[in-house]
Amino acid sequence: MTRDYTILAAEGMHARPATALVKLARQFSAVALLKNGTKEVRLNSLLNILSMGVKGGEVVTVVLEGADEGLAAEAFDAFFKEGLKDW
Amino acid sequence: MQGIGVSPGISIGKAYVLRQQKEMVSGIVLADETALQLEITAYREAVQLSVTDIQRLFAQASEIERAILDVQLELLQDPQLESDVLERIREDRMTARDAVLLVTERAVQVFAQMNDEYLSARGADVQDAGNRIVKNLSRSNAGSPELGEGLILIAKDLSPSDTIGMDRSKVFGFVTQTGGRTSHAAIVARLRGLPAVVGCGEALHAIADGDLVIVDGAEGLVLVNPDAAVVADYRKKQELFMIEARRLESLRDLPAITIDGVKIQLLANIATAEDLDQALNLGAEGVGLLRTELLFMERDYFPTEEEQFDFYKTILLRAGDKPVTIRTLDIGGDKHLPYFGLPKEENPFLGYRAIRISLDRTAIFRTQLRAILRAGVFGNCRILLPMISSVKEVQQAKEIIGETKKELAAEAVDFDPAVATGIMIEVPSAAITADLLAKEVDFFSIGTNDLCQYTLAVDRMNEQIKDLYDPYHPAVLRLIQFVIEQGHLQGIPVGMCGELAGDPQATSLLLGMGLKEFSMAGPAIPAIKDNLIRSSVEKARKNFRL
Repeated sequence: MTRDYTILAAEGMHARPATALVKLARQFSAVALLKNGTKEVRLNSLLNILSMGVKGGEVVTVVLEGADEGLAAEAFDAFFKEGLKDW
Repeated sequence: MQGIGVSPGISIGKAYVLRQQKEMVSGIVLADETALQLEITAYREAVQLSVTDIQRLFAQASEIERAILDVQLELLQDPQLESDVLERIREDRMTARDAVLLVTERAVQVFAQMNDEYLSARGADVQDAGNRIVKNLSRSNAGSPELGEGLILIAKDLSPSDTIGMDRSKVFGFVTQTGGRTSHAAIVARLRGLPAVVGCGEALHAIADGDLVIVDGAEGLVLVNPDAAVVADYRKKQELFMIEARRLESLRDLPAITIDGVKIQLLANIATAEDLDQALNLGAEGVGLLRTELLFMERDYFPTEEEQFDFYKTILLRAGDKPVTIRTLDIGGDKHLPYFGLPKEENPFLGYRAIRISLDRTAIFRTQLRAILRAGVFGNCRILLPMISSVKEVQQAKEIIGETKKELAAEAVDFDPAVATGIMIEVPSAAITADLLAKEVDFFSIGTNDLCQYTLAVDRMNEQIKDLYDPYHPAVLRLIQFVIEQGHLQGIPVGMCGELAGDPQATSLLLGMGLKEFSMAGPAIPAIKDNLIRSSVEKARKNFRL
């Protein structure tokens, strides 16, 4: 299952939302991948997500594979809709 | 010395220079499998100890600080970090300490090369995690040194956990050599109201332990061993700052009502969701101006309807039932889009800009209108048209808005048919015909910056004539007064979103003219509210003469 999301926050994918994303992915048994252009990482490593350097306005793709991928996709939809709140 | 002030306030104290020795790689090569296994176990234990360290900090941390600590927890236990470290131990036969040092150093370099202030600052977070593991590996659990009282910390850089773990009763402020506004240390400093200056550079080496240091976090100024008169001066400033900060904070939840009972609406000018959060925290009652240019400038293509819809919806949802005024695209003049080839013009401020572009390139305008109308169902939304100079333009724009609504209805797409439409009054011709324009629209918003430059024929970017740029010129004030008066005669609300609305010296004047809606940058709100609640509209009206 594949989903595209636009990063709404001007600062891009920053540390705290990326941390929340890793925690979210951990709740599901489905394997989650994050793609941005030609780069692709597992959604279990904050270091890898930050290293992608995703900027505001860019589109990322989340790929989910596993028994609960449908549930996971719904959770990711909700997460990205909220925007990447930062302080 | 001068740095970047990241957290306002003044602190005076004794310098405490944190000497952070750079850990060197030992270069030891492990002899056998047993040694290797010992290093792996040592690494895992050090990670566990580090996690416990951070968890201990949680107890005293606020919500936002916890989010920062969460980042540390995640980095410490990062599977990529672990597999990189284990690989170095197994393949290169390095000690755990050397492996952690090298792996973090490489990660920090990756961030430093990102050419993005925000992401580069994340290097400090990774460094923080690495240092902590290394410290726990050497089991030199010295912890932080015993600190005396009234200290100003001087350091090359401070890690976020250093900052959160700081004992506020002892540390009065900090100064660092590197860092920027978005480093986590700076954010924590602002949250705690701890005066801080970062990015002072090499000059910082001049400070020695025990030097008397004054930190002025608003100005980004650091004074070393100043004389007694200067210290006395700053003590006074410090006291005034604290009194003022406490008083303004106490105003946040007070409604903006004048002494004689007139309710004034205090709104914010914003461009991002972060601006909105800040403004709401400072007591904004809604958004008087949402600039949409950023949405267009941070991309290299025109944002799609969906992208715009998502952004407007986010803002509307966060504002709840508070009004949000979305200004349609205001480019041209001094604002350009690299992917939209605007021709070079002799007089760009008198040229192809704002509503003139929207009415000419209607596809761009329609896409934006669709996104706004659709987002409208999620809150209290208003459309604001910039740079209107004639009734005809308003009629054209309204026609397009009407067509867009029909289109959406025909497609059975959810939208808010009742979104109000208003115009910016920032061109003299619009101000002078305010009586005619008022019959066409639902509200006015006065833009004083452009109104002033067009009325006085003064380019506000031109340094040579900057003294002529005067929003208090009677010509400008008369126009403003006429617009407010005509708007109210036609029964439509009149607001102001230009600089003048956030100028404390203008509050009484504008109240006297009958203005009831002030919109300004979030940080200006507390001071203006303070003015308003001590003013009387009746008195302001009597004092008002043009």
